[in-house]
Amino acid sequence: MSQTAAPGHPHQDEVQPIPWLGKVGEIDALDQALVRAPAASNVGTPASNPMPTAGAPAIVSASAAIVAPPFKAPARPTKIDPKRPGSGIPARPLIRGLVWARRFVQVASLALFTFLLVETTFRGSFAAKADTVVRMPYPVEGFLLADPFVAAMTFLSSHTVYRGLLWSVALLGLTLVFGRVFCGWICPFGTLHHFFAWIFPSTYGRGNSRVMANHTHGYQRIKYYLMYAFLAAALAGSAIGGLFDPICICVRAIGLAVLPAVQYIGGHALGAAATVNERHVQFVADGTQDFLARSVWQSKQFYFHETWFIGFLLIATLFMNRFIPRFWCRVLCPLGAFLGVFARFALFGMEKDHAKCTDCNLCLVNCQGADSPQGGVKWRQDECHMCMNCETACPEDVIKFRFLPGRKSTISVPDTGRRTALASIAAGAIAIPAARTADSLDANYDSRVIRPPGAVEERAFLERCIRCAECMKVCPNNALHPAFFEAGIEGLWTPILISRIGYCEPSCVLCGQVCPTGAIQKITEREKLGQGVPPIKIGTAFYDHGRCLPWSMQTPCIVCEEFCPTSPKAIWVEEVDAEVRSAEPGPNGEQPPMKTVHLQRPHVDPALCIGCGACEKVCPVQDRPAVYVTSIGETRSKTNVILLENTNYNSPG
Amino acid sequence: MAERPSRREVIQRLGAAGLALGGAAAIGRWRWDHGGIDVHRAEGTRQVRDFRLKAGNGLELPELVIAKNNPDPATLTRRAVDALGGMKRFISRGDIVVVKPNIGWDRMPIHAANTNPEVVATVVQMAFEAGARRVVVTDASCNDPNRCFQRSGIWRAAYKLGADVIIPAEHRFRTMRLNGDVLDEWPVYMPLVQADKVINVPVAKHHNLAKYTGAMKNWYGSLGGRRNRLHQNIDVSVADLATFMRPTLVVVDATRVLVRNGPQGGNIDDTREMNTVIATVDQVAADSYGTTLIGQKRENVPYLKMGHERGLGTMFWENLRVKEV
Repeated sequence: MSQTAAPGHPHQDEVQPIPWLGKVGEIDALDQALVRAPAASNVGTPASNPMPTAGAPAIVSASAAIVAPPFKAPARPTKIDPKRPGSGIPARPLIRGLVWARRFVQVASLALFTFLLVETTFRGSFAAKADTVVRMPYPVEGFLLADPFVAAMTFLSSHTVYRGLLWSVALLGLTLVFGRVFCGWICPFGTLHHFFAWIFPSTYGRGNSRVMANHTHGYQRIKYYLMYAFLAAALAGSAIGGLFDPICICVRAIGLAVLPAVQYIGGHALGAAATVNERHVQFVADGTQDFLARSVWQSKQFYFHETWFIGFLLIATLFMNRFIPRFWCRVLCPLGAFLGVFARFALFGMEKDHAKCTDCNLCLVNCQGADSPQGGVKWRQDECHMCMNCETACPEDVIKFRFLPGRKSTISVPDTGRRTALASIAAGAIAIPAARTADSLDANYDSRVIRPPGAVEERAFLERCIRCAECMKVCPNNALHPAFFEAGIEGLWTPILISRIGYCEPSCVLCGQVCPTGAIQKITEREKLGQGVPPIKIGTAFYDHGRCLPWSMQTPCIVCEEFCPTSPKAIWVEEVDAEVRSAEPGPNGEQPPMKTVHLQRPHVDPALCIGCGACEKVCPVQDRPAVYVTSIGETRSKTNVILLENTNYNSPG
Repeated sequence: MAERPSRREVIQRLGAAGLALGGAAAIGRWRWDHGGIDVHRAEGTRQVRDFRLKAGNGLELPELVIAKNNPDPATLTRRAVDALGGMKRFISRGDIVVVKPNIGWDRMPIHAANTNPEVVATVVQMAFEAGARRVVVTDASCNDPNRCFQRSGIWRAAYKLGADVIIPAEHRFRTMRLNGDVLDEWPVYMPLVQADKVINVPVAKHHNLAKYTGAMKNWYGSLGGRRNRLHQNIDVSVADLATFMRPTLVVVDATRVLVRNGPQGGNIDDTREMNTVIATVDQVAADSYGTTLIGQKRENVPYLKMGHERGLGTMFWENLRVKEV
C-alpha cells in the first residue's frame, strides 16, 4: 500500500500545491496535526511520510489533543467491502443516499423542464368555454425565472427586476448554502452534459486519460471572462448574454430545433406508415400522430427561421464532451460562473484529510466540475458541482462534505487573472456600441424586424430580450422566429414575426405571458385588440401592385380582405370594371379581343392596419406575396411611424 | 517474388467486386428514371361516395323546413329536423356520422362567424339518439384550429355529448381527385369523408367575395393545401365542392346572422338575431333561401345557378315542399 504520495503530485499544472507537500515552508499547527495524527497511528510506514518537519516540534506532541474534535472519524460499522479498493470502507450512507438523490433530482428536473417546454404552446381544451381566457396552465418559463444570471443581466441593463425574476433570489440563496448545486443537480443542460460526458468518451476515455481530463484546467477560467463580458454588455444596454445562458440554450435549441426536427422525422415516418394498405397499420399510425399532435407538438409542422445553426451549435456543444467532459459547464457556462462567484459564501462544502490520500485518483474518475477533489491540492469550491461522486468514490476517508468546513485546503474564489478579467469587461462593454454603430439599430432599421405584440421599444427590448425563445415556442401560429442577422449582429435570435410562415393571431397574447424579462409585456386581449384603448400595432401592410391578382392580372381574389381580422377591416376593396385580354387569339391571328371583368381591388387603411400579417400569410402569390407587412407604424416606436395623427408621444414606451 | 493470392482468394475477391457491380447495376436499372414531363403523374384516385339518401325515400315529407321564432337554438334545430322526418330517417343504427359545422374562425358564438355550438350539440345529440355508433365533429379551420375549436364553443359542447372532436392535423389530409371544373386534385380532410352519413351544419352569413356563404361553401372546410387559390374562381370552386360532397342532411344555423363584414366578422354590431334554423336535403335550396336572410338576391350568387344547372339541387326553393315550423 503506497500510502505516500510521491513528493509533489505530478499533475498539478493548474492547481495550487499544498505547502507542506510542495516546498518547505511554514505550516501552522492545525495542518501539521492534520497530517500527522493518522500517520502516528500508522506504524507500518512512518518513515515514508513525506511531511517535511520544518515546523515547530513542540506542537507535534500536542497534536492529538488539538485535532481530536473536528477530525475524529465517526463511529460507523467497519464492514469491509472486498470489491472496494483501498481500505474497503464504504462511503457514509448519507453521502451514498445523496448521490442517489442527486440522480433522481437530475432526472426529475430534466423531465420537468421537458414537460414545461412541451407545454409551452396552446393546444386548446374540450373543457374550456368559448369565453375562457387563453393562458398558460403552468409557469412554463419557470426555469428562466429562477435563473440569477438572467436576473443580473436584466437588472444591470434595465435597472429593474421584472416580476417573476424575483424567484432567482431563491436559487441564489440555494447557492449560498450549498454551492453550485444548481449545476450538478438541477440544470437541464448540465444533466444533458452529464449524460453525454458519460457516454461519449466511454469507449476509450478510461484510466489515466480520464483522470487527467478531470483535473482542473486553465480553460475553465473562460466562463468567468465570458460572464464578466456579458454583465458589462448588459450594463452597456444589451442582455445579449442570453445567447450563452444554459436555460435559454435549452429552450431555444430543443424547442426550435430538436422538437421540430423530431416532429418532421416522426411525421414522415408515420405518414409513410399510414399509406400502407393495411387498416390496422393506418389506424395505429394515424392514432399515434393524433396523440403526438395533442401532447408533444402541434397539429402542424413548425418551422423556425435558420434554426439549423441553433441545432448545429447544440450538437457541437454536446459533442465536445468527447474531448472535454462536461465541456459546457466547465468551460463556457456564464450561469455556472455566476453561481461560482457566489459559491464562496456557501456554508456546505468539502474538507480533505490529505494524509490519508493514497493517490488512487478514484475521486477524479467521476468528478463533474473538475474541481480538484483529490488529496494534496486545494479544492476549488467555485468549480464544484456538488455531485458528491468524489466522497462516494473515496476509499480512504479523505474527502468529507459537511457544513461549515475548514477552509484550509479550499480555494473558494475563481482563479481568474485581473488583467484578463478587466479586458473581458472592456470587450463586453465595447461590443454593444460597436454593434450599434453598425447601422442596424438607428440609421438603417430593417423593415423585417417586426417585434411581437406588446414588445417594448427597441432599445428597452434589447435591454431585456435574453433570446430564450419562449415566445417563439409558445406562438400557436408559428409566427415568431429567431432573427438571424435581420436585427443586426446584436439582435441574433431575438424574436421577429415572419408572416409568410405564420401570422399574429389577434386574440392571442401568449408571447407576453411567457416572456420572463418583460421584453414583451403581459398585455391583455382587450389592450391588444384595442377595446377602449388604441390597438397594438406591430407593423403595416403594403400591396405590391405588380404581383397582386386583381391589380395586375385582372383576376378576382381578395383572400387578404377575407382574413383581415380588424373590425372594421383595414383592407377595403374598390369595385372596378377592368379591361382584360382574352386568352384565345382572334380570327386570322389578330390580337385576342378585350373583355371587361368586374374586380374588387384591395387597399390598406394604414390607420386601421395592426400589422398582424394575416393578409401576407394567405396571399395566394406563394413565393413572394403581393401583400406584405413591414415594421413601420408599430405602436412601441415613436420614430418608426408613417402617419402624423397616429404618433402618440404621450404613450409610455 | 511477391506473394500471389491463392486461387480461393482470387475467386472471393472477383466475386465480391462482381456482386458490388451487379448490385449497383440492378438497383440503377430498377429505379431508372427515364425523365420527361409526365413523370410525376397524378396519384390521388380515390373518390368520395354520395352520402345522400336514396331517391324515393320519404316522398310525402317536406324537403325544406324553416324553423323560426324561438330564442332557443336547440328547440329550433330539433323542430326543423323532426319536421323533415326526424333524425331516424337519415341515420341508421350503428352508423358513423360526421357532423361538419363551420369552425373556420377564431371568433366567439356571439360574433356568428362559426356555427352556433347549441345547434351543433343538438344535431350531435339527435344523431346519438337515432342510434349512431360514433359521431365525429370536425372542420379544417382558417385560423389556428385549437383556438377556433375552443373559442367557438363547439369543442366543449360536442365533447360533453360524447362526440369525437378531431382537431385538423396535417396527416389527416390525403390527396384526392375531385373531378371538378377547376378543382382537380386537392388534399382532402379525411375524417369528413370516412363516414356512413354526413351532416352539413353551416352557419348562414355574408361573404364579401362570394356574397353569401352557407351550405355549399361550407365544403371549403374539407380541403387542405393552399385553398386560398380557390378565390380566383370562387363560384365554380364552390359548385365543384358541392358536387364532390353530397351530404345526407343539411342543417343551416341562422340563429344569429352576420349580415356584413363576412365571413370573419368580429363586430357584434354586424350581426342580427334571426332565430332561424333551416333543415333540408338540398344544399342549393338551403343557400338560395339563406340569401334572403342577408338581403341578397339568389341571382347575384353565381354558384347557386351553377349548382342548379348541375342538378345538385334547385335554386327555386319555393318549388320544393316547404314547411315552416
